[in-house]
Amino acid sequence: MLTIENLHATVADKPILKGLSLRINAGEIHAIMGPNGAGKSTLSYVLGGRPGYEVTDGSATFDGADLLDMEPHERAAAGLFLGFQYPVEIPGVSNVQFLREALNAQRRARGEEPLSGGEFLKVAREKAALLKMDMDMLKRPVNVGFSGGEKKRNEMVQMGIIDPKLAILDETDSGLDIDALRTVGDGINSIMRRPDKAVLLITHYQRLLDYVQPDFVHVLAAGRIVKSGGPELARELEAHGYAEIAA
Amino acid sequence: MVTTLPSRRDEAWRYSDIDAVAAAWPLPAPESIIVPAGGKFARALVQDAGEIRQIELVLGKGAAAALHVLNIGGAYGRIELAVTLHEGADFHLGAAQIGGGEQNLEIITTVTHAEPAATSRQVVRSVLGGTATGTYLGKVAVARDAQQTDSAQDVKAMLLNRSATANAKPELEIYADDVKCAHGCAIGELDEQALYYLQSRGIPPGEAKKLMLQAFVAGVFDGAEDAEKLQALALAKLGELV
Repeated sequence: MLTIENLHATVADKPILKGLSLRINAGEIHAIMGPNGAGKSTLSYVLGGRPGYEVTDGSATFDGADLLDMEPHERAAAGLFLGFQYPVEIPGVSNVQFLREALNAQRRARGEEPLSGGEFLKVAREKAALLKMDMDMLKRPVNVGFSGGEKKRNEMVQMGIIDPKLAILDETDSGLDIDALRTVGDGINSIMRRPDKAVLLITHYQRLLDYVQPDFVHVLAAGRIVKSGGPELARELEAHGYAEIAA
Repeated sequence: MVTTLPSRRDEAWRYSDIDAVAAAWPLPAPESIIVPAGGKFARALVQDAGEIRQIELVLGKGAAAALHVLNIGGAYGRIELAVTLHEGADFHLGAAQIGGGEQNLEIITTVTHAEPAATSRQVVRSVLGGTATGTYLGKVAVARDAQQTDSAQDVKAMLLNRSATANAKPELEIYADDVKCAHGCAIGELDEQALYYLQSRGIPPGEAKKLMLQAFVAGVFDGAEDAEKLQALALAKLGELV
């Protein structure tokens, strides 16, 4: 589904990713772990097409198409979802309006019929319930006045409504209390654990991986993947720290 | 009322397109609206042809008036309000001016609290692209015995291009000593992070900008009788700019 080869990227002319390669097939859940400054968030933003993140070499292919050649909204329509580490507050724009526009823009781009208001609300209600989020919060402006945990939960509700093929979740576990972590973990499993979908989890800690079992774990250090393995690698990292493993 | 052709030296015309003013000169007499004591008045004004509109509004004791203004049309569009408030009167202005290309749009207000206990609220939002100029000059004048005056000016402008210009000058002239006169002004650009966030969810760049600008302008038409029509006109104009 996603093939990254020898990816090099810079932020403000500073090289961050230095030859990263990764292959994710449909039906797989991958976790990328690594110390601060390793390039984890940069990887997610490069794949999401955020301005300011410049690819200097290498390629990323998503379902056979050149991902790096697409605009951010085209990547979304192609089935890529980026869960933000710091979801953005947008005063004045309600969650419901935002998500309906987003979903219908994607559907139009794919040549599908847009959903009516009623159809959309039905989906939204279902996903909000799945993530145990109050419908009232969906009517409020996007993330405005939400706690850190509520913002992350809102990201997962968005993911449920948009129903992507590939989700890249950047530290979705940070800022969550234990109950919210379980809810979010269950949400990821029920929305994304399908034979035709894939997930790339970016995280510092083992704890999210207790709820969302990865098939593969990779260690990212200094802009490259230095070690790959199964779920046991995450536990090793937790026990021994990055310094030893990444060395 | 101005009888001779103004020049840029006059503060009220400083940012104006003087050539356009000269072409429209002499101006017809200002429209005069008098709301009697206890009366109510509401008007929505859409300036979409490029003209200079001058309105003198007098509110009698306890009268209330709400003006909603959408200033969007023509190379030069100016809306000038002179409002006089008598005791306990209430004036509300909700205005949006949206311009692109080389448009020069202005909203000039003078709100005089002539007697005690009147309230005035002005909310003005400007969205400017290209090399357009949007100006708000708003003076609140409080007479010596107009105690318990309560006035507020809330002015914000959004620049879509660095080549656009926004001028904002809320101005207070207060002779009474027991008044509340709030004024705030901000000029900014669309938040890049928010734009990217919207796009990352599949909304094309133009639509993302439109959505944010709609949110920026939303609210100024609250309470207008034909709020929906004004919103729709504003949205259509925003669509031309992004």
